Amino acid sequence: MKSKVAVIAAVAVAGVAFAQTSTVDEIAKYRAALQDGNPAELWEARGEGIWKTARGPAKVSFERCDLGLGAGVVKGAYAQMPRYFPDADRVMDLETRLVHCMVTQQGFTLADAKKNPFGNGNAQKSDMEAVVAYVTSESRGIKMNIAASHPKEQDAYRIGERMFYFRGGSHDFSCATCHAESGKRIRLQDLPNLTEKPGAQLAYTTWPAYRVSQGELRTFQWRLFDCFRQQRFPALEFASDGSIALTMFLARNANGAAFDAPAIKR
Amino acid sequence: MADPMRIRANVTGDTTEVRVLMSHEMETGQRKDAAGKVIPAWHIQNVTATHNGKTVLTAQWGPAVSKNPFLSFKFKGGAKGDKVQVSWTDNKGDKRTDEAVIA
Amino acid sequence: MKTCISVATLTVGSALLLSGCASPPSDAEINARATQVLKASFVARGQAGLDRLDQDETQKTCTTYAGKVPGKDVTDRIEKVNFESIKWPADGKYLGNWQNGEKIAQEGRGKQFSDDPAGPVGGNCYACHQLAPQEVSFGTIGPSLYQFAKLRGYGPDIQKYAYGKVWNADAYSACSNMPRFGHSGILSEAQVKDVTALLMDPNSPVNK
Repeated sequence: MKSKVAVIAAVAVAGVAFAQTSTVDEIAKYRAALQDGNPAELWEARGEGIWKTARGPAKVSFERCDLGLGAGVVKGAYAQMPRYFPDADRVMDLETRLVHCMVTQQGFTLADAKKNPFGNGNAQKSDMEAVVAYVTSESRGIKMNIAASHPKEQDAYRIGERMFYFRGGSHDFSCATCHAESGKRIRLQDLPNLTEKPGAQLAYTTWPAYRVSQGELRTFQWRLFDCFRQQRFPALEFASDGSIALTMFLARNANGAAFDAPAIKR
Repeated sequence: MADPMRIRANVTGDTTEVRVLMSHEMETGQRKDAAGKVIPAWHIQNVTATHNGKTVLTAQWGPAVSKNPFLSFKFKGGAKGDKVQVSWTDNKGDKRTDEAVIA
Repeated sequence: MKTCISVATLTVGSALLLSGCASPPSDAEINARATQVLKASFVARGQAGLDRLDQDETQKTCTTYAGKVPGKDVTDRIEKVNFESIKWPADGKYLGNWQNGEKIAQEGRGKQFSDDPAGPVGGNCYACHQLAPQEVSFGTIGPSLYQFAKLRGYGPDIQKYAYGKVWNADAYSACSNMPRFGHSGILSEAQVKDVTALLMDPNSPVNK
């Protein structure tokens, strides 16, 4: 883990109550200072390059991939996902749809398409994360508008909701343990209430994000995976039905808010 | 060849502001891996920026600069359409040069 | 659009998300499918096997009532079942060493698939609670425990309550957000005693 920026260490600690407000505020100031020059742009640029490159055994580019608004149409696509795709007869989030295009159009095997979803330094870059960064950047400023009109979309939402409340693992945690009440925080990290609109909107519209502490751009699939790791669950499978259902639940709860990612987080 | 930089340059009055986002691990050489071995230093050492061929900034960087560094600076002069070029070299001898047009 | 799909379409992954006919599936059906979908969406990794997704009675019941307020008969039953399962210390002593307790409260590792199974396991108490006043980096998911014994008393009844609460929080508060540290084998008896001391020892910074 890279060492934390010295700014946090420089925060003076007076009394307990006073320290609380000033510590959290100082961290907010640090984050505001990071907004300019978001390294996420490096992933967006790389992702755009990959999107337009012929690749895979079939040498086909993602420009043939239909994200719901027509083949190759990227603008506004993420703000309407997850959605039902008739050609696959299932609900898919962005990553699942990209995997689908890699398999059915670019000729990859399913295993190869799902390989390396989360990068780890320059030596192990994830093309998937870069493409997600690019595609999501093309929804910036657009209001989340997931219709959820198809019965399978509605089922996915309800299944995702039930998963949100599933108590399990060695610690009896569910998503709701941390994300069903307003005004709470874990250590000094504020926790959005994902069961109500304001919290859901703030949370969903700011992923993917460049995670400074990781030095990586992280996607929503990663966020779910890493939450479950900390919940002491086993590993959430990348682009699994469960990940799609949970994403549907959380994304639709954010409807109406302008998408504002790729963002930058601690 | 390293990943491209993203360079933006804008002129307001007689001042040009340049903002550069570089892609680099910037390994300090002070971290240890899980096995306890020191991860070797790998970071940008020299940065040069030119405007129409004339040097406007030079910098010598060390381990204090963070991963994927963001550099922002201003210089007097510059007009719309002029070329700004930024180059860096690192301690392993890798280098990168990119340019942008002043908007 | 078709109103009724009677033949199952078994494309990869879609089997578990099949829709029913014209009327939407009942809550009970969705609940059953949700558990199926969830379990099929995880893979074992490190020390976290798929058995972690097998729910005990408490977890099942609390999931059913999540987001709602269960009746007193339900909460009483959960608390009774959990209280009866508490393993009280054989030597009758509830307090260990509060300095160790502080270390356990600070330690956030343990039981994650990224953790070394032979590595440290803590209670991560500061994730949710204020404890010693010197620690400003504390969470607010749970109530402040600052001055825990100072406010409640230092006697054996409170010691037993504190021990029992750390061992199995659901014994006192059905469907508590707090893990059942002793019951679920997260912390050992010695560790639970150390945490109890952090809360109850007059010399602990919590009570200063």
